[in-house]
Amino acid sequence: MERIPILKMGPFLLVTIQVEMDDHLAMTLQDDLTDRIARTGARGVLIDISSLTLVDSFIGRMLANVAAMARVLDAATVVVGMQPAVAITLVELGLSLPGIRTALNVERGMKLLRDALAPALDGASHDAGAADL
Amino acid sequence: MPENIRLAAVLARNEQELLNDWLREQAASGTRTVRVLGETIVRDQSRRLLVAMREAFASGHTSIDDAAWREVREVLSEVSREGAASGLTPSETATFVFSLKRPLFAALRKATGNDANALADETWAATTLVDQLGLYTTEVFQKAREEIIQRQQSEMLELSTPVVKLWQGVLALPLIGTLDSRRTQIVMESLLERIVETGAEVAIIDITGVPTVDTLVAQHLIKAVTAARLMGTECIISGIRPQIAQTIVHLGVDLQGVTTKATLADAFQLALTRGGRSLPAATPSHG
Repeated sequence: MERIPILKMGPFLLVTIQVEMDDHLAMTLQDDLTDRIARTGARGVLIDISSLTLVDSFIGRMLANVAAMARVLDAATVVVGMQPAVAITLVELGLSLPGIRTALNVERGMKLLRDALAPALDGASHDAGAADL
Repeated sequence: MPENIRLAAVLARNEQELLNDWLREQAASGTRTVRVLGETIVRDQSRRLLVAMREAFASGHTSIDDAAWREVREVLSEVSREGAASGLTPSETATFVFSLKRPLFAALRKATGNDANALADETWAATTLVDQLGLYTTEVFQKAREEIIQRQQSEMLELSTPVVKLWQGVLALPLIGTLDSRRTQIVMESLLERIVETGAEVAIIDITGVPTVDTLVAQHLIKAVTAARLMGTECIISGIRPQIAQTIVHLGVDLQGVTTKATLADAFQLALTRGGRSLPAATPSHG
């Protein structure tokens, strides 16, 4: 079965959506991601959707939900690389994704996460690193 | 149809005379057609129309929608389009055709002699035909005007939505004129495309040129700002005049945490500081 890979980079999780999303894939991603956040204690999640050209209300809701779930698990979410057509569609659908941070590309998204979590990471870096290894 | 055979014969026999009478009639009608389009052009078009009508009659069809009347329709379209483009009124364009009635009726009277019944039939056939032609010119005229308006509208839409790069990572979108949903769509698309191209972190939407901001316009602005934010670019709305600030508050419009500034200069300064850059002499130092 097709799955979207979730990569771990230090205290962050990196999700790159390279295929068109369908509802089933979205649900699987939601399960996997929450599972991984809980397991690794990640403090930030970066979702790259630059290859995503089609969204519907379900995928939009899924993105909002993933961010909300991550927040409950104490991880910040950044969505990066949204295409203009996708942004317009989401706005027209009334989904402004209020709780989600956004950035133009992965690099800036990473910087945003680092800046946002800088104080928390400084204190926690030692035990987080020890737990992962 | 015997009437049409005679009408056709009259057209064929008296072509030169009809043309001269018709042109005289057009000049006497008091419309600006001849003056605006030019005498040689009107003469040429009138002549071509008569020739085309004669040929169409020769085919035996009487409805101007028929393929045999294509040439007639083309000449009429030409007259109407030129008239529409050079600012003639619809009635002036239609008079071009209707002024053919009198010369045509006179020629018919001559051809029928003392036969009153035949004259009445012929006149009826002729008047029906000329009316059809007149209606056709009006229709084409209307269509031509609509095309002109549509073209101008699309030109205006393209002209009025430039997205300018103010600085590395700072875009500005000076909006001029009323925002409706169609324009918002185009503005939004060009803004988002430029964001992708330039990788801008901040976009300034300047509404100095927007005459009024009501709830709908505000909603459209918020949409554009939200879409830009989804892509990772922050928007600042600038150029809010005191009057508009009052209107926004009185209408109870919630700008949903969008940063607003009174002038483009203020917004630009904010954009630069947000991006971690500093402007050498941002504050007026002279004086």
